[in-house]
Amino acid sequence: MLDLVWLIPALPLAGFLVLTFCGRRLGEPWAGWLATGAVAGSFLVTVGVFLDLVGREAHDRRSVTTLFEWVPAGDLRVDVGFLVDPLSLTMCLFITGVGALIHLYSIGYMHGDGDFPRFFTYLNLFAFSMLMLVLGDNLLLTFLGWEGVGACSYLLISFWFTDEANATAGKKAFVTNRIGDWGFMVAIFLTFFTFGSVAYVDVLDTTAAGTVAQSTATFVAVMLFVGAIGKSAQFPLYLWLPDAMAGPTPVSALIHAATMVTSGVYLLTRINPVIADAADWVPTMIAWTGAGTALFAATIAVAQRDIKKVLAYSTVSQLGYMFLAVGCGAYVAAVFHMVTHAFFKALLFLGSGSVIHGMDGDQDMAHYGGLRRFMPVTAGTFIIGWLAIAGVPPFAGFWSKDEILAFAWNESPLLWVVGLVTAVLTAFYMTRQVVLTFFGRCRFADPRPDEVAAAWAARLIRADEAVGAARIAVDDAEAAAEACRGAVAAADAESVGDAEAAVVEAEGVLAVAVEALAGAEDLATDVRAAADARAELPALALDGVPDVGALADELPETVATRAAHHPHESPWTMTIPLGVLAVLSVLGGLIQLPFSSTTKRLEHWLEPALFHNEVHLSIGAGTLWVLAVVAVAAGGVGIAVAVAAYGRRRIDHTVFERPILAEAWRFDRTVSNLVGGPGRAGFEATAAFDRRVVDGAVEGVATLVRREAGVLRRFHNGLVRTYAVGIGLGAVGLVIWFLSRSSF
Amino acid sequence: MVVTTSWYLALGAVLFSLGAVGLLIRRNPLVMFMCVELMLNAVNLTFVSLGAELGDLGGQLSVFFVLVVAAAEVVVGLAVVVAIMRRRQGATTDDLSVLGG
Repeated sequence: MLDLVWLIPALPLAGFLVLTFCGRRLGEPWAGWLATGAVAGSFLVTVGVFLDLVGREAHDRRSVTTLFEWVPAGDLRVDVGFLVDPLSLTMCLFITGVGALIHLYSIGYMHGDGDFPRFFTYLNLFAFSMLMLVLGDNLLLTFLGWEGVGACSYLLISFWFTDEANATAGKKAFVTNRIGDWGFMVAIFLTFFTFGSVAYVDVLDTTAAGTVAQSTATFVAVMLFVGAIGKSAQFPLYLWLPDAMAGPTPVSALIHAATMVTSGVYLLTRINPVIADAADWVPTMIAWTGAGTALFAATIAVAQRDIKKVLAYSTVSQLGYMFLAVGCGAYVAAVFHMVTHAFFKALLFLGSGSVIHGMDGDQDMAHYGGLRRFMPVTAGTFIIGWLAIAGVPPFAGFWSKDEILAFAWNESPLLWVVGLVTAVLTAFYMTRQVVLTFFGRCRFADPRPDEVAAAWAARLIRADEAVGAARIAVDDAEAAAEACRGAVAAADAESVGDAEAAVVEAEGVLAVAVEALAGAEDLATDVRAAADARAELPALALDGVPDVGALADELPETVATRAAHHPHESPWTMTIPLGVLAVLSVLGGLIQLPFSSTTKRLEHWLEPALFHNEVHLSIGAGTLWVLAVVAVAAGGVGIAVAVAAYGRRRIDHTVFERPILAEAWRFDRTVSNLVGGPGRAGFEATAAFDRRVVDGAVEGVATLVRREAGVLRRFHNGLVRTYAVGIGLGAVGLVIWFLSRSSF
Repeated sequence: MVVTTSWYLALGAVLFSLGAVGLLIRRNPLVMFMCVELMLNAVNLTFVSLGAELGDLGGQLSVFFVLVVAAAEVVVGLAVVVAIMRRRQGATTDDLSVLGG
């Protein structure tokens, strides 16, 4: 089966090419089925290769298959070849497996979209790039895949590009990733400079043999780390990931949760001998960056109301765990968490997509509530994903997170504390999300604060109009009474009686009008007072919207429409992937159980890729048990507090939703202001320097030449005889010169 | 009266000067051509006289080169003059200054 490894990326590539040229003709849903089939076929081949490899001895589980020579340039020789080893194959398994499920899901999710084939074209291109990234046998090929997934990420974030915000989010992701890519490129250059090759086999075997200077290893490791934090959204380059949620939800699940964002962790795991040879502060820096990002992102996730934003910050936080593991030398734990995270985070994202699908595109959790009655499958699977990420045993997330925390304790108790606090926050915000979405009061039919405000404004305008109309009626009545009085004065003896009767009648009308005006004014005052005194609607109305009954008739029709069209469960193409991922989220922990050496299957499997750089725990079994119990208790605390705040409402939930957390510690805005303010001034100064000094020098030379030429061209007047004079004078001059030099 | 080499050299100088002055003051291209020929032949005369005086065959050899070059030059030059005259009757060299800067 090992000979067929080229099929793994080739199938999605073929799918991409077919869809590029005949996607429109295939149309919906066949374009989707073709793309799904390509990735599923790729998965089958991966499983075949895996079964081939899994039975072999450790040293036999690593092989390089070279397809052809790609860049033969002097000393630089780069081949297109595949490095098949346990690490790349593990990545391939979940990329193609989870990828195929998400492709299937997308057929349901993207139903009815005008650009249905284009979506699947990009998805297949992404799968191809991601597989090249992990399978490439050298840094340059990995970089090719690295840029390929970046381009696909850009294309898919701004998939609905007619909306300005989506296009901007795509650009933001692309530009932020450039910083990381710079680090990656510098690392490639330095690798070639040092090793004379960019192939992993050369680089890793040389470093593993310990013949590389520490400073070189440090520099390469740091530069690749810069690349990794860009792609894997770590502090401070995480900024693009929350915005990347502008893309369709399957994209968020596939690219921005399960696969692409883990490629930084993959890269660092791949180069573990380099990190081992680097200075001691490099792993420490990786660990603290991961731990810091995990905690930082978890605090932000607590206060988000957008269902996908919560999951986005959660992803950043979980990637932080993986970096923490890499920094602690726990590569197996990092890969373990990467796999389980791919299962449960893809599940959660797809579940949120199903909810958004059922809610007709609404992503605000304030409008959800009680959805488990309308979408039982989504709710059930989402709850499994929640238990997995919250670290509840025996779900997959518990095992991987527990292992990372154990290694963090092994490294430094301080790292463990940060990880533990993050675990509490994770349990809290995920419980909050589940309670807000699937439990409690149904809020989808509630009038929204802006709708209520609009109804009150309309009512005020109507009251004011009534006052105005009454005032005009009074004026009219006064004029009529005056006219009648004039008629009395002008009337003769016979008709004066009728005229006086008319006056009495007119004054009666006037009195009624005045009374009506007073009534209207009182009413307007009442309405205004009521509007001023009305309860401010909370953004998140857990207990129900206060007293809108009086306004019920005046609310816009959309409220009634929403109430009539309640949320609905998604089609089977969407629920089947949810079910499969839910099963995987339950059973994912089986690949690496910490009980004995034989249950640590992943560790044995990954052995040839780790060059014995995996750190071994130096703490006893008793301590491990205590750590596990503390971690479970921490998760329990998070869940309990969230249920108390959002489910039972014993605690005021606004305590947790601080504005500064909702605004992500204002870090994004600060960066924007810095780049937009002083940064922009700096760029403009550079542009001015370029215009004035650089362009000035060039243009100055041109002006000088033109001016001199203007003088010289006068001599070149086209008259033959003038030239003849010139030649004659020149000849005379030469003669004089020769004579003056001769010695007679 | 002995005609010495100096006489030939003086004649050559006079002919050369006549040619040079004619080239500078006349505007008819054909006349200017004749002036150039005059100058060339004045130089030829000088070569021959000095070659005879010094007993050096090089002087006469140079004359052959000059004659060959002059013949070629005349062929090209006259062709140019004829071409110009076809387009512009009675043109002088001063009229042909379109390439002036």
